[in-house]
Amino acid sequence: MIPAKFDYVAPTSIEDALSALVQHGDDAKIMAGGQSLLPVLRMRLNAPEIVIDLGRIDSLRGVREDGDALVIGALTTHAEMVTNDLVHQHALLLSKAAAEVADSQVRHRGTFGGSCAHADPAGDMGSAALALDAEFVIAGAGGTRSVPASDFFVDLFETAIGEDEILTEIRVPKRTGWGAHYEKFVRVAHQWPIVAVAATVNASEGTISEARVALTNMGSKPLRATATERALAGAAATEDGVRAAADQAAEGTNPPSDLNGDSDYRKHLATVLTRRAVVAAAGA
Amino acid sequence: MTATAERPAAEVGKDRRRKEDQRLVTGRTRWTDNLTLPGMVHLAMVRSPFAHAKISSIDASAAKSAPNVVGVFTGADFGDELGVCINAWPITPEQVTPNHSPMPADRVAFAGEIVAVVVARTAAEARDAAELVDVEYDELPAALDLKEAANDTVLSHPDSGTNKSALWVFDSGEAGTGGDVEQAITKARADGIVIEREYRQQRLIPAFMEPRSVVVDPTGEQLTMWSATQIPHILRFALAATTGVPESKIRVIAPDVGGGFGGKLQATPEEWIAWAVARRIQKPVKYTETRSESLQSAHHGRDQWQKLTLAATKDGTVTGFKVDLLADLGAYVAIVGGGVPVLGAFMFNAIYKFPSYRFSCQTVLTNKAWTDAYRGAGRPEATYAVERIMDELAAEVGADPLEIREKNWIPHEEFPFTTVAGLTYDSGNYEAATAKAKAMFDYDALRAEQKKRRDAGDPVQLGIGISTFTEMCGLAPSRVLGTLDYGAGGWEHASVRMLATGKVEVVTGTSAHGQGHETAFSQIVADRLGVPFEDVEILHGDTQVSHKGLDTYGSRSLTVGGEALVRAADKVIEKAKPIAAHLLEANVDDVEFSAGTFSVKGTDQGKTIQEIALSTFAAHDYPEGIEPNIDAESTYDPVNFSFPHGTHLCAMEVDTETGQTTMRKYVACDDIGTIINPLIVSGQVHGGLVQGIAQALWEEAVYDDSGTLVSGSFVDYLLPTAADTISFDIDHTTSPSTTNSLGTKGVGEAGTIASTPAVVNAIVDAVRHRGVTDILMPCTPERVWKAINSSGPGGSTEAAAMPHFDTEEPGTSSTEGAGA
Amino acid sequence: MTQISLTVDGTQVTDDVEPRMLLVQYLREKLGKTGTVIGCDTSNCGACTVHLDGRSVKSCNVLAVQADGHEVTTIEGLATDGQLHPVQEAFRECHGLQCGFCTPGMIMQSVDLLNENPHPTEQEVRLGLEGNLCRCTGYHNIVKSVLYAAEHAGQDEKAGAR
Repeated sequence: MIPAKFDYVAPTSIEDALSALVQHGDDAKIMAGGQSLLPVLRMRLNAPEIVIDLGRIDSLRGVREDGDALVIGALTTHAEMVTNDLVHQHALLLSKAAAEVADSQVRHRGTFGGSCAHADPAGDMGSAALALDAEFVIAGAGGTRSVPASDFFVDLFETAIGEDEILTEIRVPKRTGWGAHYEKFVRVAHQWPIVAVAATVNASEGTISEARVALTNMGSKPLRATATERALAGAAATEDGVRAAADQAAEGTNPPSDLNGDSDYRKHLATVLTRRAVVAAAGA
Repeated sequence: MTATAERPAAEVGKDRRRKEDQRLVTGRTRWTDNLTLPGMVHLAMVRSPFAHAKISSIDASAAKSAPNVVGVFTGADFGDELGVCINAWPITPEQVTPNHSPMPADRVAFAGEIVAVVVARTAAEARDAAELVDVEYDELPAALDLKEAANDTVLSHPDSGTNKSALWVFDSGEAGTGGDVEQAITKARADGIVIEREYRQQRLIPAFMEPRSVVVDPTGEQLTMWSATQIPHILRFALAATTGVPESKIRVIAPDVGGGFGGKLQATPEEWIAWAVARRIQKPVKYTETRSESLQSAHHGRDQWQKLTLAATKDGTVTGFKVDLLADLGAYVAIVGGGVPVLGAFMFNAIYKFPSYRFSCQTVLTNKAWTDAYRGAGRPEATYAVERIMDELAAEVGADPLEIREKNWIPHEEFPFTTVAGLTYDSGNYEAATAKAKAMFDYDALRAEQKKRRDAGDPVQLGIGISTFTEMCGLAPSRVLGTLDYGAGGWEHASVRMLATGKVEVVTGTSAHGQGHETAFSQIVADRLGVPFEDVEILHGDTQVSHKGLDTYGSRSLTVGGEALVRAADKVIEKAKPIAAHLLEANVDDVEFSAGTFSVKGTDQGKTIQEIALSTFAAHDYPEGIEPNIDAESTYDPVNFSFPHGTHLCAMEVDTETGQTTMRKYVACDDIGTIINPLIVSGQVHGGLVQGIAQALWEEAVYDDSGTLVSGSFVDYLLPTAADTISFDIDHTTSPSTTNSLGTKGVGEAGTIASTPAVVNAIVDAVRHRGVTDILMPCTPERVWKAINSSGPGGSTEAAAMPHFDTEEPGTSSTEGAGA
Repeated sequence: MTQISLTVDGTQVTDDVEPRMLLVQYLREKLGKTGTVIGCDTSNCGACTVHLDGRSVKSCNVLAVQADGHEVTTIEGLATDGQLHPVQEAFRECHGLQCGFCTPGMIMQSVDLLNENPHPTEQEVRLGLEGNLCRCTGYHNIVKSVLYAAEHAGQDEKAGAR
């Protein structure tokens, strides 16, 4: 319950944060909202020598429009994602997923960027970002670079963020008017998802023209259900219309086995939850 | 005041708001961890990561030289001074009971056992230094699986030569309380019905919300221990008995205690270690566990395999019930460890008129956390088994499960009724409770909906579960405990002190930790003495204030402790009467007491008992030959258990596509005798229900192959939240108990005992048409789905947790970036 | 050691703390505000819930240094002038607590919930409390308490407002 000792800096600019990171290298751990990091430190599963708190860098917060994209500061909290009008209008799926993260108290502190950078395959925001083809803007000593979500998530707790880099913002192509749903399957409400499905759908007059579907906790990182997406194009937005497409959701996945279910059960769940998510998204 | 004073409204039966709440809702509480004493130092425990290992060496040099460390101690540093953790209930004379040192010096027997204690000026420094203690272990094979352990393939304690601790048997044929169960089974095999089942009571963790905490102050004449415990009096006795400190030099205080559910009915290694360290260093010490430590090392509950054979005639009349239990004790025989399944021995026949019955229980030692009482202790296991198998019998006969129950239960006109297990049920009315529950539930309409959904092939099926439970509580008649070789009595003590200002101090030997005794007991005393509710103060939980008592567990506080209160209050009235007569200048035979006032028959003269208290304090004018004192005490030894019962009906929806289960409706109609405070009773029922429901649906302590507790935090040991539960419909029927003055029965455990089989029966009922006859608890969506899609009860739980926390060193992977 | 200054229950406080000190430990150990309690080590139980700048947070999941310059309200700061906050009163009225250990966090979260949604449905209350564990009440009377507080809030005073 008591973390090991560490030093602490709270830079007020990205430049200062980057130089602190360069100075301390491997010994440093970056903190955004701290909602995943602090439990790790409390249980002494990790003991960095210094924590670099990004919380005082105001430029990392907020949501703005930039042409065809929404630009979301890495430190934008889940609670803000739920209530922000721009997110609601242009990236509804993010809003829906953010509403399902942990609990109210955690959503007040936890951040979109932090959640993605932590890269827990059971995290809710990663699959939503992946489904939307978000771009992750990463700052380093040499400037910034942009990494597509498909390359950002590398493995369990592993992303494309380099050792001396910081995730600053996430650019999300607008999907204005698209329906969205995040279908999360848990045994109790405060649990990480056993499996979840993020779906956003462009549908009109009962027909799906385009669908984007990503899976949470079906492997070591968020996964796109590409076969399902392909099969959904032109499908009727009904249970029966999407059933065949949804049945392909678990293709190529290798989900974990644990207390909550074995790999085969998760594969089965993914198909059912995908059907429900897509139908709900089409109706939203 | 005169005799015409208005009679106070009857307190018993009133939904008084709780006296306790003002301080609890404002944060003015005194949890043990809130205490800070001058010069106090803090303890951190070093615990074994291995389930079974020899301790080769302990190097504490680095820890000892860490900042502000006062000392590091191991078992070897203390020897006998540490005392032992006691087993108070050897269930047979031959019981194998391994020595249980609070901090063994040579060998650990479960993962989480303490091998060293670090003492430092702050809790943080103690934790830091604990990380520096270098312990070398020589791992030994561990006995983990209960059934395998029963075969003695691997020994949990090599010196004992066996894992089998005790075999306890009750046979109605031998006891003369019924027939021979083997004959009944043989006959049923020939021309009746035999149902054979094996049910699993998974391992549970009490998971009280307040982690355990202990403070020991060795300064002053008495050694004082504050502990988050249910049992201050028993602790005091056990400390004296095992550590050589005279009982008169020990004061134990249970301040505000945040829940127990049996989990704080224990003499723990942590308390004993804190005691030894404080005595050694002569400074106040504090130890507060983390939640992970609590889940890993505080005692667990249940953990049984139940082999059941039910014999019946073709029409569903039960002729015999045979029960063979294997019960996992964990690494040590806890304070009432072996006794818990024995508390269930008398309850497998439940509300039914079974003509023959046999119960046997083999307790087994393994290399896992010790097990002991958890809400219901023995009776939930029994109720689950019988209520599940009665449903199976109904399915076999093709009858409604309520009809099968009615065919076999004890009709109300036959009370008092002596059961096949030898107990005498004093009162009850199963017909009345069931009729009321059925009406509340709208049973017939839900059955109709169930049929409709089944006929339509709805992916969401509906099931109805029944539990017509009874239980034995109010532990316990001391002579009965004596015949069971329990190490103490079951009486309870109370005293009533009349203060000069008319206020009433009531001291009880029970020790509340959320039950609301301060309120309910005030109501009882206020009525008895005819004084205002507000004038009564209930004192408890401190052995220097309440010198005598046997604490709170087994739904005993009201039925046993409450009766002691009544008797002490009645003695106060008797003692006050001659003084009142004297002051009223009347013959004592002409004085009567009613509604708080002594009055002279046929006159309007009177004095209130509060006035008598003041006169007695002044002592200027009282009769010759008596003491100026109207205080009184009582020690009440119950004559029987109390037998609450009720009918619980549960509707569950099962999503056959995912296995997800959702509670639709839950009705509980309980007969708990006279109700003192309906508000408090409702809370006890609701909370009890959810703990029982949680056993059915969510909770399970899971160990992996190496004996590590996988469900070792609240991330993986799943407690339900408000979002996972529903509002309940509860009501009561009343057949007052005939064995105490107030007519009360226990209510603390009833909800937990009743609800588990109601939920599982409902789930099985929802999918029985898919060939399902059983699903292992907890009925996880995975198990339910697998049961529907195969023939088994759902398979075992995968012993692995989701890895939510990256445990790698910083910088070794690109997990940098922000915490979520 | 890092110096922090913040407002706790309306009082300005300044202390030198280790960066590793959690806000809940700061409240309990440095300020003696033991009304806020610790129930777990994984941020599941919510017993330590306080308000940080008016929003509920789990004080085990915030470093004291992160609260520097901010405003914290605990269960001890909720009642004003000896008058219970309407949510405290509702918990007492509806028997929304038994042992009382989860109560400080449960009440603080309920106040936040009602601030955001003054007239919640039962289901909204249940979902809003998903980050708080209680082992005694089965939640029935907790949910009832929150609904009671919403229903009995004064005309111009939201139940959540303090």
